[in-house]
Amino acid sequence: MSWLNKPASETQITHGQRLWLYILATVIMILLVAPTVIVIPMSFSASQYLEFPPREWSLRWYEHYLNSPEWIQATWTSLKAGFFTMCVATPIGTAAAYGLFVTKHPLSRMFYVLLITPIMIPVILIAIAAFYVFVQIRMVNSMFGLVIAHSILALPLVLIVISAALKSFDMNLEMAARSLGASRFTAFMDVTLSQIRFSVMTAALLSFLTSFDEVIVAMFVSGGDNSTLTRNMFNALRDQIDPTIASISTIMIVISSSLLILTQLFRKSRD
Amino acid sequence: MTEVSIGSDSRANESTLLKQSRREEWALLGLASPAILTVLIVMVLPVGWLFYLSFLADDGSFSLEHYNRMLESKSYGRIFVTTFEVSFITTGFCILIGYPLAYFLSQLSSRMAALCMLTVLLPFWTSLLVRTYAWLVLLQRKGLINSWGIDLGLWDEPLKLVHNLNGTLIGMVHIMLPFLVLPLYGSMKAISADYLKASSNLGAGPTQTFWNIFFPLSLPGLFAGALIVFVLCLGFFVTPAVLGGGKVIMVSMQITSNIELFFNWGAASALGVVLLVITLAILLAASRLLKLDNVLGGGH
Repeated sequence: MSWLNKPASETQITHGQRLWLYILATVIMILLVAPTVIVIPMSFSASQYLEFPPREWSLRWYEHYLNSPEWIQATWTSLKAGFFTMCVATPIGTAAAYGLFVTKHPLSRMFYVLLITPIMIPVILIAIAAFYVFVQIRMVNSMFGLVIAHSILALPLVLIVISAALKSFDMNLEMAARSLGASRFTAFMDVTLSQIRFSVMTAALLSFLTSFDEVIVAMFVSGGDNSTLTRNMFNALRDQIDPTIASISTIMIVISSSLLILTQLFRKSRD
Repeated sequence: MTEVSIGSDSRANESTLLKQSRREEWALLGLASPAILTVLIVMVLPVGWLFYLSFLADDGSFSLEHYNRMLESKSYGRIFVTTFEVSFITTGFCILIGYPLAYFLSQLSSRMAALCMLTVLLPFWTSLLVRTYAWLVLLQRKGLINSWGIDLGLWDEPLKLVHNLNGTLIGMVHIMLPFLVLPLYGSMKAISADYLKASSNLGAGPTQTFWNIFFPLSLPGLFAGALIVFVLCLGFFVTPAVLGGGKVIMVSMQITSNIELFFNWGAASALGVVLLVITLAILLAASRLLKLDNVLGGGH
């Protein structure tokens, strides 16, 4: 245990004096992860009531999910909405981030703030505002309506990620390409975009997840055959604790943690 | 003669260059137009419409009745108080728990920090609904926390942990914590070790160095994180709706029920306008204290 007496930082405080911090931080980290992780074993329980640890293991709640046309339909809707949102938000967000970053026009700051607002104002407002307009033009419960509403929620994230990447990118490289005769577009595609491609992928994954996880907008503007997974889950949660949701949650945890691992791998390969 | 012609030539060049660069500026701004149009059409115009609706009486005439009702009715007052209460307490707990965690993470080697950071990022990437569901299961009467607490003899009767304020707060702190830790960690990492070394060399003890040097330098990150958490809490819906069990009513939930149950667009819009104004006022006030677009990663 000699490391306890070694200094932990520049200020000569020892690990021993800081032991409380290590214990506290460990407890907090466990509390952060445990609730989500504990759902996974529970989803394999055979019991009506969710138990941990389960006394009997079974796949009945997965079967229940896979045999329910409603849940499967909702899952497809969510996957489609996420995919289309990604296809809309990533290109227009990247174009906007690039345009606003390169130009020195006085309007660019204002436009940046405008594009960021969807994450600053309460989502419920965006949801009911979109709902109100969609009712008038009969676009409620349509995939198109859901996707553009989700796209404005994803845009700020794309903008933040791409702007951060452009900040650390050396614009002189693009200048060099252009002075060698490349058009602005070619220079962007061949030089800039290939340098920030990991950030673009991160932005795309974030847009997908934003749509996939979104509840409130989906609650208002999606329904019928286009009801999303989260909308159905939310409705089920308000009524009772349905163990089927444990199996769906497990599937969602697997999807989002694999996306997280993907982004970490992107970051690794960039370093 | 030659001098003059060169001069006029370069002037002409200058003006075409200027024109060209101006055209380029506009073309670059034009790249942002699809995004801006989408936000304008799907968000700004509809929200403006709600603003307009909030000033209309049921018969379509202009009136302040929805705002008057909000001022007079006790239940609306209570809803705003609850919203602020929940947001304040959640932000407070996030600061209490998040500060030590961010500090711990900032002290680790980059490899260890990346590993431990996963415990912050994993919940951040996991669906809000999944996490809310997890707490619902853990905190219920026969849930894991109650059964372990009773088995260990910590308490005799099952505690009422969910479908009330307790459950709402537990769930919200868990969901908001990453929003505080991430910016705070960033600002802590940016603190130069030289300041701490200097302080230590000048004879300050570790505690003194922490409170006089490190803590003040980490404050902008703390403010930024707390601000994000507070503003997100104000408009929060899912977690209080599920974990509050109908006993904790926040503004966003009242907006929803005004529309879903009563189809009262005027009242819902008025509530929405007030919520929006409060949120924007807080952000505006905060933007004087710290650079918001730095917090949000953009800007130049």
